[in-house]
Amino acid sequence: MTILFLITAVVILASAMMVVTARNLVHAALWLVVTLFGVAVLYAMLNAGFLAVVQVVVYIGAIAILFIFAVMLTGRQAREKGPGLNRNWWAAALMGIVTFIGLAWMLQGWRGFSQFSNALPSGFESVNELGQALVSPEAYVLPFEVASILLVTALVGAVYIAFNRK
Amino acid sequence: MTTELLIWLIPFPPLLAFFLIVLFTNRNKALSHDVGVGAAALSWLGSMVVFFRAIGTEHLGEHPIEASIPWLPTGETWFRIGVLIDPLAAVVLFFVAFTIFMIFLYSVGYQNFGQPIGDHDRPGLPPHGATLVDGKGRKYMVPSVEPLYSRFFAFLGLFAFGMYTLVVSDNLLTMFVGWEIMGLCSYLLIGFWYGKESARDAAIKAFMTTRVGDVFMLMGIAYLYSATGTLSFRAIFTEEVLHVLSTTATPILGMSVAGLIALLLFIGTVGKSAQWPLHVWLPDAMEGPTPVSAMIHAATMVSAGVYAGIRMFPLLTAGWHEGAALTTTMGIVAFIGAFTALFAATIALAQNDIKRVLAYSTISQLGFMVASLGIGAYIAAVFHLITHAFFKALLFLGSGSVIHGMEHGVLHTGDHKVDPQDMFNMGGLRRKMPITFWTFLIGGFALSGFPVITAGFWSKDEILADAWANGHLAVFVTLAVAAFLTAFYTMRQITLTFLGEPRTKEAEHAQETPWTMTVPLMVLAFFAITYGWVGIPESFPVLGGILPNWFHEFVGGTLLEHPPFLEFNIVPLLTSLAVALGGLFFGWLAYRGVKSPAQDRLQIPVLKNKWYFDEAYDFLFVKPAYWFAETFVYKWMDTGLIDGILHGVGKVTAFLGSAIRNYIDKLIINEFVGDGTARLTQWLGDRLRPVQTGRIQQYMLASLGVLIVVGSLLFSLLMR
Amino acid sequence: MIPLSWYLILAAALFSIGLFGVLARRNAIAILLGVELMLNAVNINLVAFWRYLNPIQMTGQVFAIIVFAVAAAEVAVGLALVISVYRSRKTIVADELDMMKW
Repeated sequence: MTILFLITAVVILASAMMVVTARNLVHAALWLVVTLFGVAVLYAMLNAGFLAVVQVVVYIGAIAILFIFAVMLTGRQAREKGPGLNRNWWAAALMGIVTFIGLAWMLQGWRGFSQFSNALPSGFESVNELGQALVSPEAYVLPFEVASILLVTALVGAVYIAFNRK
Repeated sequence: MTTELLIWLIPFPPLLAFFLIVLFTNRNKALSHDVGVGAAALSWLGSMVVFFRAIGTEHLGEHPIEASIPWLPTGETWFRIGVLIDPLAAVVLFFVAFTIFMIFLYSVGYQNFGQPIGDHDRPGLPPHGATLVDGKGRKYMVPSVEPLYSRFFAFLGLFAFGMYTLVVSDNLLTMFVGWEIMGLCSYLLIGFWYGKESARDAAIKAFMTTRVGDVFMLMGIAYLYSATGTLSFRAIFTEEVLHVLSTTATPILGMSVAGLIALLLFIGTVGKSAQWPLHVWLPDAMEGPTPVSAMIHAATMVSAGVYAGIRMFPLLTAGWHEGAALTTTMGIVAFIGAFTALFAATIALAQNDIKRVLAYSTISQLGFMVASLGIGAYIAAVFHLITHAFFKALLFLGSGSVIHGMEHGVLHTGDHKVDPQDMFNMGGLRRKMPITFWTFLIGGFALSGFPVITAGFWSKDEILADAWANGHLAVFVTLAVAAFLTAFYTMRQITLTFLGEPRTKEAEHAQETPWTMTVPLMVLAFFAITYGWVGIPESFPVLGGILPNWFHEFVGGTLLEHPPFLEFNIVPLLTSLAVALGGLFFGWLAYRGVKSPAQDRLQIPVLKNKWYFDEAYDFLFVKPAYWFAETFVYKWMDTGLIDGILHGVGKVTAFLGSAIRNYIDKLIINEFVGDGTARLTQWLGDRLRPVQTGRIQQYMLASLGVLIVVGSLLFSLLMR
Repeated sequence: MIPLSWYLILAAALFSIGLFGVLARRNAIAILLGVELMLNAVNINLVAFWRYLNPIQMTGQVFAIIVFAVAAAEVAVGLALVISVYRSRKTIVADELDMMKW
């Protein structure tokens, strides 16, 4: 388990680095796909099987593809080899490092930081439970529905914005 | 109605007339004179009723008809004002009422009521005649009506109110009020023809001169009030008060308080009655219309001065009794009276204007009365006051009639350079103006003291008798000489005016005046003759005893002690006969052949120019006053000092203002603060503007940076 | 066993990398890629907390699903915007899109 985690972690971080530094946007998008895969594995290790699959299907299958389409639609710029980073990249790097250190430090001050996970109770079907939680009125049906409305709205908006009036 | 109420009401009809005329009837001449004469008639009626009731009252002196009201709150008590008719007030009221009434009536004719409006008459100038066309187409001039006709009656009404107030009042304060009202009216009336510069100047001169006297009088009143706490006659003239006042000494000239007060009050009389040295205003006051001269200088105003003196007689003679030497104050009074009598008589000898002669004559006769007071001859003074009022008013109105007749002649001939008032332009008027002539003659004889049949004889004789009997020889001789001169110049006047032949064409065409003017003359002439007979001394040879000396009895009751009856002495009688008849005779003799001023040997410059007193006063008082006003106060103090200060303040303020503006406002506030802030803001803006690059990533960087900083701060604080 | 802290550190690192990408990349789409990374880091956190603290209650996973939805919506709109901007400005370099400049 540990080894799996470590390998996954390395993959995630490395590909994330590539995402943010790749000059060619298509490359960056593809590197994002790798990162997303790694995250899916992580979900699986955390016994969130459904989420892992959703991750692959939605994130990679929809969002990453969407990225690639957008890259293609925005023309030659994507394929050009201009500098990938802007002028203030060092400030951004500094910010990132500071953020990381800050977050880590804050988290390690929390007493539950180094706890281990407990075993799941037998017969615990996370998918079932998740499904129940999503649709039962005592649980999270409302946020679920709202999220769907949000999606619809966003997509309508996106279509409208990107619509080519010719 | 009660007598007291009637007395209160007497002064008011003329006052009402004043207001009515001024406010309502000014445009309507007939209505105005109706109101005026009617008011005078009403007051006359009231006065007659009061007079007859008064003389019917027993012991009026001890129980006079009086009434008073509390008027002014003074601390714990009230200052009372009221009316008082004691014997003195009663007889004075009698003649005042008559003369005022006659003058009002006379004014209707004098101001040419009913005549057409003049050709070039302007308000403020005497009327100059209107041109009419007669049946044959010839143009001729007639006298024109006075443009300011109604105003005249209004002023006369106010004047009458003042005089009545003075006569009926029971205290010095309201008496003074009446006094001052008359002063005002004399100014208004002397300056009635305000278009003439001489009239304006005369009015101011009259007012100013009498003012000098009034100031001292007011001081006297104040002193009296502070010494006794009251101004009411009945309260002051009591044994106790007079005794206290006469025995308290003052540091001035060794006079007692009574004497000093009496002196101060007397100075008021000197001013009002034109005694030397304050005589200068009276001759100039002839600038006013003749009824005014009659009013002021015979009947009322100057008489008011003497009346005041007579009223204060107890104060004047406090501590003195018959036969004793005169007190300081009395001596001063007697001196001024006698001196003035002689002094004015000498000037009258050289005057050519018919009214001027009468003016100086008035001054002289008032001197007689004042001298009489000074020597303590109370009854004589009152007697002469009244008889003088009648015959002097008669003479003035008569002279007005003469002038009117002469003006007729002037209009006829058209030669306006001829002065209708100059006696040397007259002559022979007895044929043209008979009524005027006879009444004037009666008046003149009364003035001269023609024996027995004229009132002036009785009153003047009594003064001389009193002076002789009490051994005041200086006064006696002075007055006798003055009486001689009086008769002399009176006869001069009559001769030049009425006797002989007309010397000019204007005199030839003179005409008698209308009834409104001659009737008053006749009424006054009646009194000028008969009034003397109420005061014939009982000890007079032959005639004494036929009629009781009612006057002495009645008026004497006013004083605390009845003045004694004089023993008869032949010397004063002979003296007065001699001076009167002699003066008249010599006057006629000297002037019956005189045709022009060149032939008149009495045209001595000193006399003609009134002993140069006007010039002296001008030099001593008037010019310095002008200098003080024009140069000192106006130029130096007002323009120089005060305006200088103001300009200085202005300049300093302006300087401060501009300094603040230039140094503080412009430099500091505008430049530094105002423009400076703007420039600073602009500079800051310029510097800060580039922060807004529009680049989102930079915005995010910035906000993230801030977030980190704030977050770590909060975190470190919270974790503490 | 893997302590929770490893997951958390991993998520933090991923988040920082995503942050760097957002702040430092020129291309607008690359910025959105960075945002995706950040969202994923959040999701990792959520699921890890769910698993380690209270796996009985589904709150963590539900939250993560909502985050998915939101991320998808955001990407859609964001890319639509980028495309629209590209059409009008002919550029998607973030530095050149400075119409908010003074």
